[in-house]
Amino acid sequence: MQRPGRAGSPAPSPAGRAVPGAGLQLPGCPAGCRGAERPRTAAAMAWRAAPRAAARLLRGRRGIASCIDPSTGLTEDQKEFQKVAFDFAAKEMAPYMAEWDEKEIFPVETMRKAAQLGFGGIYVKPDVGGSGLSRLDTSIIFEALSTGCTSTTAYMSIHNMCVWMIDTFGNEEQRRRFCPSLCSMEKFASYCLTEPGSGSDAASLLTSAQRKGDTYVLNGSKAFISGGGDTDVYVVMCRTGGPGPKGISCLVLEKGMPGLSFGKKEKKVGWNSQPTRAVIFEDCVVPVDNRLGAEGQGFSIAMQGLNGGRINIASCSLGAAHASVLLAQEHLTVRKQFGEPLANNQYLQFGLAEMATRLLAARLMVRNAARALQEGRQDAAVLCSMAKLFATDECFGICNQALQMHGGYGYLKDYAVQQFVRDIRVHQILEGKRCSYYKCSGSGIRRKTALEAPTFPQESDSWVSEPCSALGVRCAVCECLGQGLWLCGSRGRYLVGYFKSLTAEEDI
Amino acid sequence: MAALRVLVGVKRVIDFAVKVRVAPGGAAVQTQGVKHSLNPFCEIALEEAVRLREAGAAAEVVVATLGTKASQETLRTALAMGADRAVLAELAEGAAAGPREVAVALAALARRLQPQLVLLGKQAIDDDCNQTGQILAAILDWPQGTFASRVSLEPGAVQVQREVDGGLETLRLRLPAVLTADLRLNEPRYATLPNIMKAKKKPLEVVPAADLGVPAGPPRLRLLQLQEPPPRAGGEKVESVESLLGKLRHAGRI
Repeated sequence: MQRPGRAGSPAPSPAGRAVPGAGLQLPGCPAGCRGAERPRTAAAMAWRAAPRAAARLLRGRRGIASCIDPSTGLTEDQKEFQKVAFDFAAKEMAPYMAEWDEKEIFPVETMRKAAQLGFGGIYVKPDVGGSGLSRLDTSIIFEALSTGCTSTTAYMSIHNMCVWMIDTFGNEEQRRRFCPSLCSMEKFASYCLTEPGSGSDAASLLTSAQRKGDTYVLNGSKAFISGGGDTDVYVVMCRTGGPGPKGISCLVLEKGMPGLSFGKKEKKVGWNSQPTRAVIFEDCVVPVDNRLGAEGQGFSIAMQGLNGGRINIASCSLGAAHASVLLAQEHLTVRKQFGEPLANNQYLQFGLAEMATRLLAARLMVRNAARALQEGRQDAAVLCSMAKLFATDECFGICNQALQMHGGYGYLKDYAVQQFVRDIRVHQILEGKRCSYYKCSGSGIRRKTALEAPTFPQESDSWVSEPCSALGVRCAVCECLGQGLWLCGSRGRYLVGYFKSLTAEEDI
Repeated sequence: MAALRVLVGVKRVIDFAVKVRVAPGGAAVQTQGVKHSLNPFCEIALEEAVRLREAGAAAEVVVATLGTKASQETLRTALAMGADRAVLAELAEGAAAGPREVAVALAALARRLQPQLVLLGKQAIDDDCNQTGQILAAILDWPQGTFASRVSLEPGAVQVQREVDGGLETLRLRLPAVLTADLRLNEPRYATLPNIMKAKKKPLEVVPAADLGVPAGPPRLRLLQLQEPPPRAGGEKVESVESLLGKLRHAGRI
């Protein structure tokens, strides 16, 4: 059955040689040959079409009635939340995602519309304007929103994380002061942990906050801050005490505070609908009343925020992968080579099946971790890390494969799939995991891997974050697993763990 | 106006984004495992009712549907959009209903609930019948304003602007009346997360369809056959207007 708006098969390549997958004009074509027509898939047309038409066509991204239907296994309520999120994504975000990416627009009005539906503080308590939903509900919502625009949804998840931190660790006065306007997205928030000198090794941050009477004076800078410069509220981890995680506190700053300034807007490969800037503190004076929790509690607050943050980022990856699978599926039915649709090609069918399988596996990991976190289980932090690790990697692979299936067209900015690839690449990097413990007992014959729930840094003696070789210790994990298993994302493969002094009995 | 109750009839239909397939046998479409949702025109009708209540012109919005147990999820969506309570006229599993049966059920509910206004979608996107509102008005002997693109309540009456073939027609109908909503009446709201949670607590009453006088047995309207349209054949270019007209006449088109 013909689909509306579909052109005929592309013109044959010159010189009679069929070049698989090539829709682009090849060099050396005879003059006057206008080259192959682009397959006018519904998705491609929608990409450029007016917003309303685009919304209708792109609503197919819901993936109705298929094995990767994201609503399987959900309660009635969760299906309702998901439906609202999908509808919002299709109508209010998908038609504009290309424009926001190209023009680097921070879509304030759209996000405020989302906040009106309750998406500004999804897991924040209702008495300060939040929606009071669970981590699983949140994951489902972000996954659905992400099919509309991954970059914007990822920012919204960061915003949600910040509001939650204030809601959970702030006192009554702080909650009432900050949360309502953040939940409605009248104001926007940024999470400031990373510094130029401390990414994976966040506990070594240097931004200092010296106590002076009833204020703190901050000096230092933060790097790669999402929303930095455009947002109003900054949740900043800074050093009030000695070195290491125990000396870190969490302060809430507001734009306009003297001594708070911003670097230039970074130019990024993706995530272009949210600005990224350095945040600079030069004798920045902050009232003590703006401190969340106690002095020295900051690192713990940051890490607990990140647990949920990891699920949210992984959920954004899931949404992007879901949308990409649907786009690839549609392209395969439309594009013809060798006289038949690509969908008849067994290799591509297998590829699609693999993508669907990986998507489902990633989704299950993320939802499982979300459940563990909301139940307060001891292994929740590890599960969040593993889910983030697995889902971001798998989903990037899925989006990348979807781009590949589009052939040359996938590389054009006219087609959405390249934006999903670019947007979720960074999910494999940021909000990297802190610590997953592996205790290996390896004697060559008996190999046992046991995962222990990590304890928070305050209780540990030392943090080690070095490539295994630099430790001068033969890492049993690398040996027994055969390769350096990386658990923390930034810039390379690190094993971050806590190595107790090894005794003979441990047989490592 | 304070006690004005609005009854909104809705229908659970296959979601518009689904690729519909004809079931084996050719007399129905596949509905098993297929995503269903609230009929878009019914959404528009419901949105209008909720807006009337928010403006103070109506006091209560009751949403009702004739369907199997699965229709409860549709009613929950309607409650999340702002209806106050819901009624399910329940059919047995596998039973079907056409416009006539729906109108009978809604008429019985109207006699029970005494609404001043009944709002329906102009048609359902699965059968495109465009009959239920009209039949309901006839059964109740109430005035009808179909294809409404604007509705405003007045004391004892409702002014409705209708989209008709020749343009726009404005009528004033004495209450109680039946209206059916057309596309441009409004843009339905998204349900907000808090409203979805509140919807759980709103009352949903289940009444067996037979209690409302819906006759048992197959619907009055019987679907004989479904078939896909013929595959698109090639077109033909002609050289002159005369040969174009000749070919059109030959094909019986003019």
